[in-house]
Amino acid sequence: MDARRSSRAVSDPKVRQVGFVTPNDPPERTQSVPAVGSSPPVSDHSPAGTLSPVMIPPPRHASENLSSSLGLLPGHPIPVPSARRPIAETMTLGSYNPSDPVLGTSPILSSPSSKNGGDGEFSEDLPSPGWARGNFGKVTASSFPSAGVDIAAAMKAAGITPVASNLTTVSVVNMPPGVSEKTGALANVQNDHAAASKPLKERTSKAERRALQEAQRAQKAAAKESGTSASGNKQQKAGKPPPPKKEGALGSSIVASDKKVTDRPSEKERKKDVPPPRMQFDDLQRVEKSKRRAVVKQTEARNRVELFRHLPQYVHGTQLPELESKFFQLDQIHPAVCKVGLQYLAGDICGGNSRCIAMLHAFQDAIRDYSTPAEKALIRDLTAKISSYVSFFIECRPLSISMGNAIRFLKNRIAKLPLTLSESEAKSALQSDIERFINQKIILADKVIVSHAVTKISDGDVLLTYGSSSVVEMIFVHAHELGKQFRVVLVDSRPKLEGQSLLRRLVAKGISCTYTHINAISYVMHEVTRVFLGAASVLSNGTVYSRVGTACVAMVAHEFRVPVLICCEAYKFHERVQLDSICSNELGDPDAISKVHGRRDLDHLSNWAELENLQLLNLVYDATPSDYVSMIVTDYGMVPPTSVPVIVREYRGERLWI
Amino acid sequence: MDFQVVVLAGGTSKNLVPLVSKDVPKALLPVANRPVLSYVLELLESSNLKDLIVVVEGQENAVRVGGWISSAYVDRLHVEVAAVPEDVGTAGALRSVAHYLTASDVLVVSGDLVSDVPPGAVAATHRRHNAAVTALLCSVPVGGHSETSGSGGKDKAKKPARHNIIGLDPAKQFLLHVTTGADVHKDLRISKTIQHASGQMEIRSDLMDAHLYAFNRTALLDILDQNPTFHSINQDVVPHLVKSQLLSLKSEVQANGASQMEEGLNERVTFQTDPLWYTQRQMGPISTFDDLATGFSHDFFPVRRAHKCCAYIASKNKYCVRLNSIQDFCDVNRDVIGDASHLSGYSFSAQNNIIHPSAELGNKTTVGPNCMLGEGSQLGDKCSVKRSVIGSHCRIGSNVKVVNSVVMNHVTIEDGCSIQGSVICSNVHLQERVVLKDCQVGAGYVITSGNEYKSESLARKEK
Repeated sequence: MDARRSSRAVSDPKVRQVGFVTPNDPPERTQSVPAVGSSPPVSDHSPAGTLSPVMIPPPRHASENLSSSLGLLPGHPIPVPSARRPIAETMTLGSYNPSDPVLGTSPILSSPSSKNGGDGEFSEDLPSPGWARGNFGKVTASSFPSAGVDIAAAMKAAGITPVASNLTTVSVVNMPPGVSEKTGALANVQNDHAAASKPLKERTSKAERRALQEAQRAQKAAAKESGTSASGNKQQKAGKPPPPKKEGALGSSIVASDKKVTDRPSEKERKKDVPPPRMQFDDLQRVEKSKRRAVVKQTEARNRVELFRHLPQYVHGTQLPELESKFFQLDQIHPAVCKVGLQYLAGDICGGNSRCIAMLHAFQDAIRDYSTPAEKALIRDLTAKISSYVSFFIECRPLSISMGNAIRFLKNRIAKLPLTLSESEAKSALQSDIERFINQKIILADKVIVSHAVTKISDGDVLLTYGSSSVVEMIFVHAHELGKQFRVVLVDSRPKLEGQSLLRRLVAKGISCTYTHINAISYVMHEVTRVFLGAASVLSNGTVYSRVGTACVAMVAHEFRVPVLICCEAYKFHERVQLDSICSNELGDPDAISKVHGRRDLDHLSNWAELENLQLLNLVYDATPSDYVSMIVTDYGMVPPTSVPVIVREYRGERLWI
Repeated sequence: MDFQVVVLAGGTSKNLVPLVSKDVPKALLPVANRPVLSYVLELLESSNLKDLIVVVEGQENAVRVGGWISSAYVDRLHVEVAAVPEDVGTAGALRSVAHYLTASDVLVVSGDLVSDVPPGAVAATHRRHNAAVTALLCSVPVGGHSETSGSGGKDKAKKPARHNIIGLDPAKQFLLHVTTGADVHKDLRISKTIQHASGQMEIRSDLMDAHLYAFNRTALLDILDQNPTFHSINQDVVPHLVKSQLLSLKSEVQANGASQMEEGLNERVTFQTDPLWYTQRQMGPISTFDDLATGFSHDFFPVRRAHKCCAYIASKNKYCVRLNSIQDFCDVNRDVIGDASHLSGYSFSAQNNIIHPSAELGNKTTVGPNCMLGEGSQLGDKCSVKRSVIGSHCRIGSNVKVVNSVVMNHVTIEDGCSIQGSVICSNVHLQERVVLKDCQVGAGYVITSGNEYKSESLARKEK
């Protein structure tokens, strides 16, 4: 029996939390239960008895309580208010609904004493609910969601709703993520008034609500079996911290159902947050499957390096002509998206920022030309559209982490669109959101980074950079404009030799430069005073994910005791943890490393694909351990690599919501 | 994809005079018993381009072409036929349909193109570079004419005139210089600024402009508006676009060491050595660019460029020919039933020829490979047909030899004729023992018996 009860407790994390928050809750709850159900004496009793199992009302009542707390029992809460006092209900409603003014007016919310007074009125009608409000918002909160879920109409019209409102305000503090949207909103409003501000809860999804309902049913059944003792269990629950209880191992079917309940929503949440696992390209079946779907023809490269089989590698040079000749068949893809995809594929656009901006602009165009098909919802359909575009982009070239973050942002914005917005409003809102993302997270961020990093450049410095990072270039140019006297050592590497164009631009600006290849890094490093590097991403363990070769430069600099400054916009940060550059990377065109630019006589590897025992590896990224990074310059300031998770955590919400 | 297609079907071309006439505009000239326009239309259809604007010169021609299109493509394509006055040129034709153009880019195709190069590739290149114009360039067929020895002399005289001198950037993506056939002289002038901008230019004369362009609509319309005298796309519009692409840069050109070209009037062009075409073409002195001098210029085209002019170079294994002369006509006919047979859309028999089931062959008549015999044609005894196309409802007597020729519909050829390397238009009557070599016979002409002609163009006088 006990086990079952505990299972109940498991079913309602909210309840647990409530209990946890307010020690006095349980008795009140019990009271409320009897009041709701039918036995006022019991309710009186319960407050006195508090935690004892005996005190708990008959199982059915208990179930009601639970249900109310869960917010999923449709039948019970409603009848009570209606039976009691319609007038009181309406009053409460009024106070409740106009959130701020009402709250202000309503004594209940402002202070516990006032609450009690307000409850007093109610208490005549509904003693238990009144108590609940006065003492513990938590219980009420639980009741509130139930009202919301079960009887939307009831919420508004019913007396319960007022109670709920009060409760909700209190509950906000304690409530776990399960609270319904309405409660969340209320909570926000009320939070202002409330002394202690609590974090916002996430909305309950449909699935979650359903899960709750199921849990309630199970609990009801359990309650019947268990009898009065159930109430005692509840109280215990309240006292205990939520997490351990939830996973109590119980053999009964009820337990199983509860488990389901708890697991399901969390799983969903997880899905939302975490991208689906990367496709492993050594999984033949899935590769086949994805190939069938693919728009871009993907011929698997031969002679792939064993260790990197899980990464996609296609024969370069065949995809572009294929896609080009199919250009007019790509009807389902917006022209702007198609153009950007082609540019990715052809390598016209590279670099994290420019790829991300190009993608966002393409999305902007696509959204501008988007119109919701009949009988479809903009939110759903547009999200699906964007997803299809994204998969097209992935086929053209694997996404960078910055792009993934931007996509996440956009999808979040779409999902959070209020349903009341008209299509044109929604579209313009999204377009301006994207614009803002570009301006704030990329362009403005770069400016901030430049202003931070320039302070680290002083006269006489010899600065080293590797490859061609747009931010680093801006830093150098800005420092030069400020009249600082410094020299730049530009380290480059085959096959892209992207440093050459940077070198050209810097030289044109009048900055004195030294250009060398990465082979000479150990030689040039001894005269260097600072190393500035760009990054494709910074992971939450401080690992810098960047152009291949960066790790080498950073390590040598570390060895020479030269500070390494990584310049990276915060939107590129990612909560992933990566220890090596194997599990996730991108493979470039192997031909690029087999050919030497401008030296046709060195064409010894022209037929490498036919040599069975030769594999070429052209990695695009590598991971620099945080040990070698002195500082990360980001738009939130200059931080040590260990602070990356803080930024990821603290500003993630902002990133998603802006 | 936000593309509109304009097919310039032309009118009656002077180059093809005995073959085309008032009754048969150029667009309807049969190639392997199908109007040449159908090749373009089917190419476009296969690329999922179904909304087309076909521009035809001359009202009557427009009626004819429109009639044929509507009968042949009734529910496959959505075609608008626009008639423009004759002799407005390709640019004029575009100008007159300008108000139909609404999409952001326009694909302009010449109606006489026989090709299997996907237009999508050109369009995709165009989009990818956000170009003002993208031209399809294909390599000039080399040595393909060896078999048609008869008209070789004429061919050689004409061929260079068709060629363009085209300057490309090292990546072969951008058009830096275009000189069209008529302007090709011994010496070539190349703007120095563009040299600076690109660092390196590859000049080629082995590329042919296939007259398939993707234009940015606004750029195209601006040019047509501002230059009312422009007559032709490939001679006026495209060179103008190519020349003006760096105008904005001109002011800031600094003379740096990258260019070793001494500019002057009629400057001698220095060519980059490219053994591939160096061996094929003998043009001017060849010298090497100093590779080091230009080694830095990977970022050609700074952002200041006014617009981009791109080129899509069709790979060598694609077929791409314009039907713009009688020689072309013969070549195309031969190729479509021969080397490039996939274009014809017919399935070949085991003997590698196409004989319509309703055609009747007499005793001991042989039809060789790479031949085509149209519907309802009759051949008498002991005929021999080699590498030729014979249209529908022809009546051919006994002992007739047809080699390397094109015979259109409803032609009557009496006994003992010999036809070699010739084109015989519809409704021609050849009486007995006529011998034709490398001739073109206009529609409805009657050749009396026993005549022999060589390299002549025979046509009825237009009344």
